[in-house]
Parts: sequence; C-alpha cells; structure tokens
Amino acid sequence: MTPGESLEHLANREYKWGFVTDIETDSVPAGLSEDVIRLISSKKQEPEWLLEWRLKAYRRWLEMPEPEWSSVRFPPIDYQAIVYYSAPKQKKKLESLDEVDPKLLETYEKLGIPLGEQKRLAGVAVDAVFDSVSVATTFREELSKKGILFCSFSEAVREHPELVREYLGSVVPYSDNKHAALNSAVFTDGSFVYVPKGVRCPMELSTYFRINAANTGQFERTLIIADEGSYVSYLEGCTAPQRDENQLHAAVVELVALERAEIKYSTVQNWYPGDAEGRGGIYNFVTKRGKCAGRASKISWTQVETGSAITWKYPSCILLGDDSIGEFYSVALTANRQQADTGTKMIHIGKNTRSTIVSKGISTGHGQNAYRGQVRVQKGADGARNYSQCDSLLIGDRCGAHTFPYLEVRNPTATVEHEATTSKIGEDQLFYCQQRGISAEDAVSMIVNGFCKQVLKELPMEFAVEAQKLLGVSLEGSVG
Amino acid sequence: MSLLEIEDLHARAGGSEILKGLSLGVRPGEVHAVMGPNGSGKSTLANVLAGRPSVEVTSGKVLFGGRNLVEMAPEERAREGIFLAFQYPVEIPGVTNLYFLKAALNAIRKHRGEAELDAMDFLKLAREKMKLVEMDEKMMGRAVNEGFSGGEKKRNEVLQMAILEPRLAVLDETDSGLDIDALKIVSKGVNSLRSPERSMIVITHYQRLLDYIVPDFVHVLAGGRIVRSGGKELASELEEQGYAWIEKGAAPR
Repeated sequence: MTPGESLEHLANREYKWGFVTDIETDSVPAGLSEDVIRLISSKKQEPEWLLEWRLKAYRRWLEMPEPEWSSVRFPPIDYQAIVYYSAPKQKKKLESLDEVDPKLLETYEKLGIPLGEQKRLAGVAVDAVFDSVSVATTFREELSKKGILFCSFSEAVREHPELVREYLGSVVPYSDNKHAALNSAVFTDGSFVYVPKGVRCPMELSTYFRINAANTGQFERTLIIADEGSYVSYLEGCTAPQRDENQLHAAVVELVALERAEIKYSTVQNWYPGDAEGRGGIYNFVTKRGKCAGRASKISWTQVETGSAITWKYPSCILLGDDSIGEFYSVALTANRQQADTGTKMIHIGKNTRSTIVSKGISTGHGQNAYRGQVRVQKGADGARNYSQCDSLLIGDRCGAHTFPYLEVRNPTATVEHEATTSKIGEDQLFYCQQRGISAEDAVSMIVNGFCKQVLKELPMEFAVEAQKLLGVSLEGSVG
Repeated sequence: MSLLEIEDLHARAGGSEILKGLSLGVRPGEVHAVMGPNGSGKSTLANVLAGRPSVEVTSGKVLFGGRNLVEMAPEERAREGIFLAFQYPVEIPGVTNLYFLKAALNAIRKHRGEAELDAMDFLKLAREKMKLVEMDEKMMGRAVNEGFSGGEKKRNEVLQMAILEPRLAVLDETDSGLDIDALKIVSKGVNSLRSPERSMIVITHYQRLLDYIVPDFVHVLAGGRIVRSGGKELASELEEQGYAWIEKGAAPR
C-alpha cells in the first residue's frame, strides 16, 4: 500500500446503520399521478386547501426541468418507479408511546435513539419519522406547558391548520425548484415546531429520520416558527438501510424567525452512502431555507454531511429584518464514489444584516466535494457584512474539491470577504503523529478533527459527540 | 550492551542510495554527534531510525534494545522509546498542542502498561516541563506548530521530548534557524534531559551546537558512511578545517 492508499483506507469506514426492520407496511403502489396524490391526501385526512396546494405543486413539477447547474452526476431518476407513501401498519390510534410497535422502538434503540419513557435522552425531545410517517414524539407534554408546539407535520395540519396555512410555502414556494415542487406534491410527514413569544425552548428538539422500506422515497417537510423574542435549537439525524438501488430523499425545511427570535438548526446527515464501487446510496436532494423576517432575528445552520451517494443542499438565509444575522457552518465528507454539492445562499435585504459562512469539505477515495455559495446584497441593505471561509481537505489523490462562490453586491456600503484554502493530509503530518506514538488511524482522525473544529464546536454537545464519531474522531480536544 | 546497534546499513531515498554501509553503536547514556556536509546522509539516518515511509532500508542491520527496528511501524518505535526532534516540525491546524501531546504520551504510557493521564494530571506535568524550555503556557492552547516561529517550533520539539521521555532521542539539525538566544534555551533543555538511561544522537552541520550540547563521541558522515570517529575534540578540528578534506579524500593533520 502506498501512503496515499493507506490514508484512504483509514478514511473509509463501514456503514453500521444498514440493517432493515421487518415490519408490515401500508404502502401505495409505485408511481406518481394526481390520483396518487389524492390517495396520500385522503389517507392523511387532509383539508381541501392542502390537497389543492399539492396538486398545484404537482402540475408545476411536471413542467419544471431538473436542476442541472450543480456538479453532481447521476442517471435520470425514474419517478414512476418510486413508492411515495409507505407507513408501518398501525392497528389503532396511539394513546401513548407505550403503544408504539416494539419493533419500531427496537429499531430506534439500535440507532441510539431510545424513545421509551425510561431510557430516552435527557434534555432532548425527539420526533421519530419512519419512512413516510412520524411514529413517536417524546416530551410533548413538558413542552406544551410552555406553549411550545412540537409534533408531526400531519398532526399540525389537523390541530393547528391556521399556523400551517400561514407559513407553509412562505419561505420555500412549491415553484422554487423541481425537488421542492415534488416534495410539496407528495410530502407525507415531518416535524412542526412553534415557539411562542418570549419563550426560550428548555431542551433540544430533534427529528430522527429513518428510511426503511425498499424503493420508497422519503419526502418530509419541516416547519419551524420562532415567534418574537423566542429561541429554539433543533437537530435532525438520518440513516437508511444498505441497498444496491438508489433511494430518493427530497425534503423541504422552512424556518421563520420573527423579531429578535433565534433558530439554531443542526443536521447530522448519515444516509447510506453507497458501497465502494458507488452502488446504491441515498440521493439527498434537499431545499432548506430560513427567513429572518423580523428585526434582529438570527438563523444559524450547522450541518455535518457524511452520508448519501449524492448530497445536493444549500441551507440558506433570507435576511429581511434589519440587523438580522445568518450563519452557515458545514462539514461535508465524501468518500468512495460519494458526491456532494453543498453550500448556502445569504440574501441580504435589511439594513446592517450580517452573515457568516464556514465550509469545510473533506474528500477521499473518488469522492467529489463542491462548495457552492451565493452572497447577495440587495440595494437597500446598507451596511451589510458577509464573511465566507471555504476550506478543502484532500485525502489521497483521486478525489476532488471545488469551490464556486457567487458574490452579487448591489450596495456600495456592504463588506464582503471570501477566503478559500485547499490542503492535503500529507505523509508528513501523518508521520509526525506516528513518530510521537500515535497510530495512523488516530492520526487521521486527529487531523480531520482539527480541520473541522470550527464547525463542530457549533453543534449542541450531545450531537457533537455523534458527529465526531461519524468523522471517526474522538471528542476530546475538538469541543470547547 | 548497546542500546542501538547499526551494522553495514544501506538505505535509499528519493530514488538513490544515500546510506552506503553505515555502522554505529550507541550505549545507554551516551551522546553521539553526527556531523557532515550537506547531502552526506545525516537526515536519512534520522529518518531510518524513526521509520519514515519514504526511506527504504535495502540491507544491513538496525537493532534497538536487541529488537529489529526495521520491521517496526513508526508508532511502535516511538512507543518503544525512539524520539525524533524534527528538522522541520509539521503543523497540524485545529489540534491543540495540549491535546496532541496528551494523546502521544497516553499512547506511549498505554504501551508501557501504565495508566493514562487525565487532563488535569497531564497539564500539571506539561507545566513543569515547559519551564525547561522557557515556554509560555499559552502555547499549549495553540494548534500544533501553527504560526510558531522557527525558535518556538524547536522549543516545542524539546518540550515534547521532555514529556515523552524517550530512551533514544535523535535531534535532526535542531540548531538550524535558531539565533544564539534560542540556541541556548534549546540546549539547556536538551542538557537537562541527559541521564544515564537516555542516549542521544545529535545531528548537525555546525560545531556551534556542540559548544552547548557537549557530546561523548563525534562521527563524521560522508558519502553515506562514517569516515571518522573521535571524541568531542574532533568537532573543533572540523570547525577549523571545514569539510573540504573529505571531498578531497584525504584526512586532515
């Protein structure tokens, strides 16, 4: 083995979440049509306005071209071969968590997300989404005492239709792009959060997405509304079984922060990445956007993307309110044949708006990693400021890193800074660590860990542990 | 018995044979200086001992404490007590000196069957050792060698040596790039680590360093072999005569 090969070998780890849960499902036949959409909507007993919205999105989707401007490459998707709704069979309506199918509880426990009363994670409320539906949500009562709504999207449609109707599509319209249009037409579940005025959410809220069924796409939708002066920290995690076929995950996330509200949104994405030859894996085509609607509001995205065959996502901020703040911290790891095209858009509209972008791309094997980011300062955004930093780390010599920053500044008082670096884990760094007694494996972890430090420290502590495990790095020395 | 026994060592680096039949024995507690002109193979010798992958041993024997060193991975050699003070210490962005050194020490302690040190105990040890090289405590919180001056990097190497307590320390041109004040500090640190159990190989181009770190033996390396050995007075001889006599193929005096 050459040093390059041994480095790659160290960076390629096995996927430990690739198991399948054997469970009876209620699915609709594969394929997409207005009838399928009507069927999904009726299964969910939705109001007429939502069905109409779905159908408008579907008709728009039919006309829209696939986005081709990114650098990811894959064969055309056969949308008629995908199952758009698959849910674990449920005999009756659940009254409490104890009635959740033990097989599902077991699945989540295996994934490290215990849902049962006794074992659940302290200080973290979890909404568990399994294929197309939410199967459980913890700590709901505790949260509702503070007036915080945390439930599945379907439930929000039933119980808080006025909020859903006001905000659904207000940040990501169904016509935004083809993947968002598809999601709007067929989304089945996801999480809904509303934090009332002046309330600081006392615990982390999180959703754990699990794809289980074969040939099924997952199309979830998350909507988070932080009312004036409130604060919430939300985290999502995701895994899927190991299969030879690609599976589509096209999600939409919308965040709305009103005056002085703050939303911190963190993602640890660990979908099945495909095997070493590039067979299988999830197509992760996600539209995430937050609107800093009110003055002095703040939205912060942190993502650690280690899974998926293809990642296509650009969590963005519309900085509408004066003095509002947008942040984007990202680590994207591409190994084997993985491709990632990820970044952000910071749209400065209000005065004295500020944004920070820190992107860290790590490539190994034949992995291809692109940062694509746009910073736009509108005419009226006096005093807007942006700082962007994009660093790439290459392990081995068959991988690639690409940086595509787009800057569009229409206000002369704006300050926009961009820095970019590319480095390699060299034989020298590795040898230096080894000469001090540290194993090659620990050395690679340490170097990767150091490279990602700026981003990892943005994650809530509990999840920083998880993220570092995924990056093959140990906790100490990286956090704090 | 020798701690290190090198016999008729041949080694290749960068596509050509650099060491051509080098032999050297080092007993516990001895300090050996290896001097020689540029390109004579000094750094290659250091790299062979530490196990740098780009250097290939083609023949000969290298025994460390009776074990065949050539077959050991670099980290195994380090854990067995070989320490290389690098000529060009490497930067590791985002990894603090503190974390790096603690990981290194604990890997070595684990290998020796000793308990790993926790953060508090390690910090106590590090503080004490930092005094040896007059290093500011703030350096512990900075990323390994990142943005360090030349002098700070070399002091950091000696600090690592003080913490890891090797049986054999190889100092590869530790004096290069140092001004006289930094040289004095580094030498003082190295001298404080001399002990009857610890051996050192001090590689240098100039005699200057040996005024501060006084060796027991001096070897002159030329063309990949040791061409002359002697006591510390050999270094001063070289200082007067330069290396030209080697190139001419004649011995001085």
